Amino acid sequence: MNNSVPLLQVKHLSVHSLQHINFSLFAQECMCIQGASGSGKSLLLKALADLIPAQGEVLLHSQKQSDTEPSQWRRNVTLVPAMPSWWYPTAKEHFSCNIDHWLTQLALSPSITQQPIHTLSTGEKQRLALCRALQHNPYVLLLDEPTANLDPTSQSLLEQFLFNYFLAQPDRSIIWVAHHPSPWLIRRAKRFTLHGGYLSEDD
Amino acid sequence: MKMIELSNIDLTLCILLLSALALLQRNLAPGISRQLLISMLRMLLQLSIIGLILTWLFSHIQLSLVLGVALLMILAAGREANARQTYSWVTRWNIWISTLALFIATTSMLFLMLLAFIQATPWYHPQYFIPLLGMLLGNSLNGVSLAREYITVTAHEAQDRIEGQLMQGATWLQATAFLRRQAQHHAMIPAINGMAAAGIVSLPGMMTGQILAGTDPSQAIRYQIAILILITVATGLGSFITTYFTTRQLFDKRQRLRLDRLKTSH
Repeated sequence: MNNSVPLLQVKHLSVHSLQHINFSLFAQECMCIQGASGSGKSLLLKALADLIPAQGEVLLHSQKQSDTEPSQWRRNVTLVPAMPSWWYPTAKEHFSCNIDHWLTQLALSPSITQQPIHTLSTGEKQRLALCRALQHNPYVLLLDEPTANLDPTSQSLLEQFLFNYFLAQPDRSIIWVAHHPSPWLIRRAKRFTLHGGYLSEDD
Repeated sequence: MKMIELSNIDLTLCILLLSALALLQRNLAPGISRQLLISMLRMLLQLSIIGLILTWLFSHIQLSLVLGVALLMILAAGREANARQTYSWVTRWNIWISTLALFIATTSMLFLMLLAFIQATPWYHPQYFIPLLGMLLGNSLNGVSLAREYITVTAHEAQDRIEGQLMQGATWLQATAFLRRQAQHHAMIPAINGMAAAGIVSLPGMMTGQILAGTDPSQAIRYQIAILILITVATGLGSFITTYFTTRQLFDKRQRLRLDRLKTSH
């Protein structure tokens, strides 16, 4: 793949309070978006995943969002929400493939998938939701506060997993929404801030 | 057996009885006593009018007149199916989904009953056409209305779940399978109860009416069995059509859940 062509292009995206968002994301890049509560971070992620209507264009591999089957688009550009929801009694039923190797890397016991969902902690559910999003092998991962409920050790394990495993594959990138990104993430990500409906790149 | 007639004095007594109940409940639940009186007045007016219309129809037996009255009844049912819902649609034409569902479900069962079972001359004799349509409409209206209420309320409660499934690459049909299944279940409960309780808990209205009017109970029961089955089929068909198209209307062309198409009615 030619590295000079962006993986994801966003042109004049406007939705509710967000105005003309423009950016390009290249393969192997991680974009970290900060912003105050209510600045529209989650709204932006939902629009990129094509879950809410928005003006403007989003392109993956130069193909328009509007020209792609909705279900295909969402498998390629997958959102992991801050509060993931579950629709079967145990996590195992949400997976179509074996995820034990991912769970081990995230310091989770594989038996966790057989426990009733409501007995799991928020941090465990967030990491399971990440694995659920990974099973369709998306090109772009949209992460909404994925480490919000994790202890420092689990947090750095998750960060390393995403960079060393997910981003190490060709043609993959991450948009990472975080209130307090860790210093480790800050060093490796392109940092942006959402403020007053506009997205700007930090220096 | 000749039917014993009810006098105006008898009816006045009934009305006074309900007014007394409304008065009693005035302090407890003012809204309810108002609704009681309004719905009683509506019933008095509507039944008097349909009484006049039926008397008139029986003396002018014409297909066009019968169909005209039937159409008005279906339109009114479609309107009632959308009244008293928690959410109403921003797009007004949406009311036609339930109207059309009721039309298809009730007329198909009505024509089956009239043409295959009863075979009156003429087949559209209003003595059979209008009351049978009324019963089919009144009952499937419940199912259609319950299905719509369930879908719109649950779509709000289960927004995260539906969107979660969409994010996993599910289509709108896959993401709403649980919703549509439960809506259909809710819609069918009154019809299923009606059949299960018939004869033990309740003597259904049609049979009671025929027996009061002097019909042989064994014939009244045959009619009642046929109509209860057709009511259940009409309810199932009507709520199936309503469930599918109402749920479809919650999604746009990009298969996004569009709760902004609904607004709270109150």
